[in-house]
Amino acid sequence: MNWQLLPQFVVSGLLTGGPIALTALGLVLVFKSSYIFNFAHGQLLLLGALMTWWLAVERELPLWLSVVLALGLSAILGLAIERFTLRPMTGQPLLSIILMTLGLSQVLQGLALLLFGGAQRNFPQIFSAADPYIITLPWLIDDRPLLLILKQNLVWSFVVAMLGVILISAFFRFTRAGLAMRGASEDHELAQSIGLRIHRIFGLSWAMAGIVATAAGILLATSSGLDLSLSVVVLAAFPVVLLGGIESIPGVIVGGLLIGLVQGVVSAFTVQWVRDMTEIVPYLVLLVVLLIRPEGLFGQKRIERI
Amino acid sequence: MALRPAGEFDVSFARDMATIRRGWQWLLLFAFIAALYALPFYASESTTALVNRIGITIIAVQGLNLLTGLTGQISLGQAAFMTVGGYISALLVGKLGWHFVAALPAAALGAGVVGLIFGLPSLRVKGFYLVMATLAAQFIIPWFTRNAFPQVLNGTQGLNVAVPEIFGLKFNEPDKYIWLTLSALIPSTLVAHNVSRSRLGRAFVSIRDNDLAAELLGINLFKYKLFAFFLAALYAGAAGSLQAHNLRHLNSETFGLVDSIFLLGMLVVGGLGSNLGPISGSIVVEMLTDASTLFGPFVVELFPEAVGGAQAMRPLFFGVTLILFLIFEPRGLAHRWQIIKAAWRLRPFSHT
Repeated sequence: MNWQLLPQFVVSGLLTGGPIALTALGLVLVFKSSYIFNFAHGQLLLLGALMTWWLAVERELPLWLSVVLALGLSAILGLAIERFTLRPMTGQPLLSIILMTLGLSQVLQGLALLLFGGAQRNFPQIFSAADPYIITLPWLIDDRPLLLILKQNLVWSFVVAMLGVILISAFFRFTRAGLAMRGASEDHELAQSIGLRIHRIFGLSWAMAGIVATAAGILLATSSGLDLSLSVVVLAAFPVVLLGGIESIPGVIVGGLLIGLVQGVVSAFTVQWVRDMTEIVPYLVLLVVLLIRPEGLFGQKRIERI
Repeated sequence: MALRPAGEFDVSFARDMATIRRGWQWLLLFAFIAALYALPFYASESTTALVNRIGITIIAVQGLNLLTGLTGQISLGQAAFMTVGGYISALLVGKLGWHFVAALPAAALGAGVVGLIFGLPSLRVKGFYLVMATLAAQFIIPWFTRNAFPQVLNGTQGLNVAVPEIFGLKFNEPDKYIWLTLSALIPSTLVAHNVSRSRLGRAFVSIRDNDLAAELLGINLFKYKLFAFFLAALYAGAAGSLQAHNLRHLNSETFGLVDSIFLLGMLVVGGLGSNLGPISGSIVVEMLTDASTLFGPFVVELFPEAVGGAQAMRPLFFGVTLILFLIFEPRGLAHRWQIIKAAWRLRPFSHT
């Protein structure tokens, strides 16, 4: 264990947990309202980031405008996805719905490849990479002070992610539409019978998922570059969602930070084979969660009746 | 199901259980199999290669059908078990000098045991929680091949796989390899078909339809769910071994998450839970994605800026096919075939 670097790895791990939590938030958003687990979220993220890149770099629009436009476009994309692929699936078995989002992920991946190509892109820098925030900790190890180097993009992605999480949980708790979404997820028929327009609610949640995905995509693209592999990031968000509990928004924050933290700590080990495990640690956590506590930390336990 | 051609009566139990009922049907079947074996003599090499690939895919999808179609346990890990099979067989033949004929079943068994391990969560969770558990297999197994035992597994480089050789005949090109594929495909189809109509298959179906009720009827969920995972991984292992020796190179990315998605998609296009499903689904999807490459040049002309735009056709074609099937024919081609057969038999009073 490298004690000198441990605090650094812990903090970096926590910070990388931020964008992952934002990604996981998009998954929870759709699940909470429509009981659909969206395997195409990664491709939404990718398309959002690619649209921003295209508007800002190819069309040379100012960055803030292209971000706003991309957010709007991805909301429309989310609406279209709900209307044309998931609405016909209402009432279908779980397998069909899972396969629908998987098929969707393939279509969106193909579209991204077709429209934008597979090349590595230089995403416009939003936060300067040159001067990171440096915090000196008041302890000494081996007579050297402990330094924490915080990359600007990581810090700000973290802040934006947390803001998004707080906004969305407030939305679910205090607004009429948010409450309607929670109601709709409990029971589609019951929600309809008390006059909730569930298709409108699903559409809204998909549009919001599109926006959240694009925000996460932009944050990830500024810190780690933009190419087609961006969609793979979402696979790291699946364990987060399950660890936190699939319908829990606070669970997303805790899950994201925990997974980031565990990854950070594992990568601080000096033993090579432990460090190699960094990339699959989330899935090992996932398997443990599934075996011990399938509903996650904050999820609801569902009782099945025959 | 009970709809039989006119004049077809079962006079014995053997007759009642028969899959193939008439002499001319046997004749047709053997003629078809003979035509497949003789494919290299009259078809072009690319056709033979396509049929060869389809044959290997069918084996993997048949395994998935036993798990997902019959038992109702959704798995996104089928390609990971193919990786296991491929590696085991490559190592047995390459490092230990085993004969391919012995290595193939050994690889299938090894993959089956790994499948058992990743099937364990199925006892506690179902639905998309189970999808997540099998997805974990899809990450952990390739990671293992990349990082563990670098002297043996050769890390990210992967392994070069030996050419199978039986009685001095080297199966080094699709024209010959197809005989191996077919010889594995025929028993695998027989086993899959007979599992589905035996006690085992009925237990699987009852778990799919309602696991609690099945348990109440005295079906041991632990045993049967794990057995379904074992069988699925067994099939995947055999397919992986065949594919590894066919491609003659294997690394952690030969069978990826996308392949798992494709296998599930083929199963849905063909029809879940039927025996015809894996076969027709694999054929249709493989041929469609193969045809999609024909569009490559046009795509490059239409979208000159997109680097690698031609590769976009495969996921696009597959995704659109899958989505259309899910919306318009969720029970797949096998169900459509049943409808056509029934309509033909009831003609001219077709009402289906």
